[in-house]
Amino acid sequence: MNGPTAAGKGVRPLFLLLSVIFPLRLLKKGSDPFSAFFLSLLVVTGFCRTVGAECLLRGTGDLGIVVERASGSVQVIDTTARSSLFRVTGLGDLSHASAVFSRDARYAYVFGRDGGLSKIDLLCGRLEKRVVQAGNSIGGAISQDGRLVAVSNYTPGGVRVFDAATLAPVADLPADMDNGDTSKVVGLVDAPGQRFVYTLYDAGEIRIADLSDPAAPAVTLFPGIGRQPYDGLITPDGRYYIAGLFGEDGLALLDLWDPQAGVRRILDGYGRGEEKLPVYKMPHLEGWAIAGRYAFLPAVGHHEVLVVDTDDWKEAGRVAVHGQPVFVEAQPGGHQVWVNFAHPLNDTVQVIDTRSLKILRTLQPGKAVLHMEFAPRGETVWISVRDADEVQVYETSGFDRLAVLPAEKPSGIFFSARAHRTGL
Amino acid sequence: MKYSKRLLVLTLLVQVTPLASAPDAARQSELLYLLKHDCGACHGMTRKGGLGPALLPGDLRDRPVAPLVNTILDGRPGTPMPPWRGELTVPEARWLVEVLRTGEGL
Repeated sequence: MNGPTAAGKGVRPLFLLLSVIFPLRLLKKGSDPFSAFFLSLLVVTGFCRTVGAECLLRGTGDLGIVVERASGSVQVIDTTARSSLFRVTGLGDLSHASAVFSRDARYAYVFGRDGGLSKIDLLCGRLEKRVVQAGNSIGGAISQDGRLVAVSNYTPGGVRVFDAATLAPVADLPADMDNGDTSKVVGLVDAPGQRFVYTLYDAGEIRIADLSDPAAPAVTLFPGIGRQPYDGLITPDGRYYIAGLFGEDGLALLDLWDPQAGVRRILDGYGRGEEKLPVYKMPHLEGWAIAGRYAFLPAVGHHEVLVVDTDDWKEAGRVAVHGQPVFVEAQPGGHQVWVNFAHPLNDTVQVIDTRSLKILRTLQPGKAVLHMEFAPRGETVWISVRDADEVQVYETSGFDRLAVLPAEKPSGIFFSARAHRTGL
Repeated sequence: MKYSKRLLVLTLLVQVTPLASAPDAARQSELLYLLKHDCGACHGMTRKGGLGPALLPGDLRDRPVAPLVNTILDGRPGTPMPPWRGELTVPEARWLVEVLRTGEGL
């Protein structure tokens, strides 16, 4: 099922073959059955040692995973060698899958569409544990101290919290609504203070769950944030939570340092006077959106990136772009912002200069660019091109394409450096 | 005799027409790809639902065809379901609804 993609692959069958042939030959030669068995045992031990040796002895700081959405697998990749180390299979329906990393950056937790939560050992290329915790899920987060993994679900709507080590259930946070139904949950992030913040799509409500005492989670409700919130993000400093709205032009902002002040609307009515286009792919919000003092956010149904000054949360500009933005991601350091686009304009990526708000470069990696991930210090960006079955690596200084890795229908790319970032 | 032959040809033509306007094999595979990956973004690649509702045969079998075709072509105002009329023709939308209702070829 799982295994290394390069070294060590051919050794196992060899040992297995030897463990059968060798004792048989001894028996034929008239050697006694006991020593034949003993020798066989030795060979089998050698086989087991080889299996153990397949786990890598190295750091994980430059590793990452690429989700192969259609085959229910992920590749473990080495971002220094720009190569694939392992393919781990059997992860279920990975459409819209995302991942977070354990505090020691050895394990990736993959959240699948089918409610599956999978823990993957990056050094051994192995599926460590998998639980199917709901019928239909959308994303997840890991707590500030790394002990809890939370998953947000569509069916039944709510958040479930698990022990990060064992994946044993710890807490259940149903997204109950006044009418008795449960809401789909989106935009789940970790926040300082052992909190999780998430948004109820059907209810139009933000919730903060404090799991300082996992046996008794304290949940605070912020209703009435606006219609159809589609995703949420937390700023890298862990202070502000922003929910994007699909049903209205605007976003909802919550100051987690002062939650009593409540939710306020930012960029209210940003699309006023313009016709909203049909949206063929819901945009995503991630903590990467912040570049210096500016936040770069997708305009829903418009070919625009919105720029907000995080000092006063007022609009600071707009950038006309190629299509409807899906991911708007700031390069670490904040000099550039990279944008990909919704179907059918999803073959293009644009790079915005954050000082001039001009398009620096337009790239065409290929049809269905689904995700982009920066190296932790921003020198490269890794782009998944679904229909080309490729992950492409670009330099952020000269925009040269440095490498192409084959991958089956790649979607999300997640690097282990996320282990040490709030909200990622 | 001649007249009845003509009638036969005409009847055959009428029966064949809906088939003739169905998407050809190449287009069918494009449509299935679109269904799996782009519709799948909201409805799930296995069509068990997501932000959008599940589209399994059990969910659609008992529902009339025309409103389903209209939903694909014109979207559902007030929800994230967009209109696909620019990309799909009426026979293509009808073909997709049939595929979804029967689950055949998926």
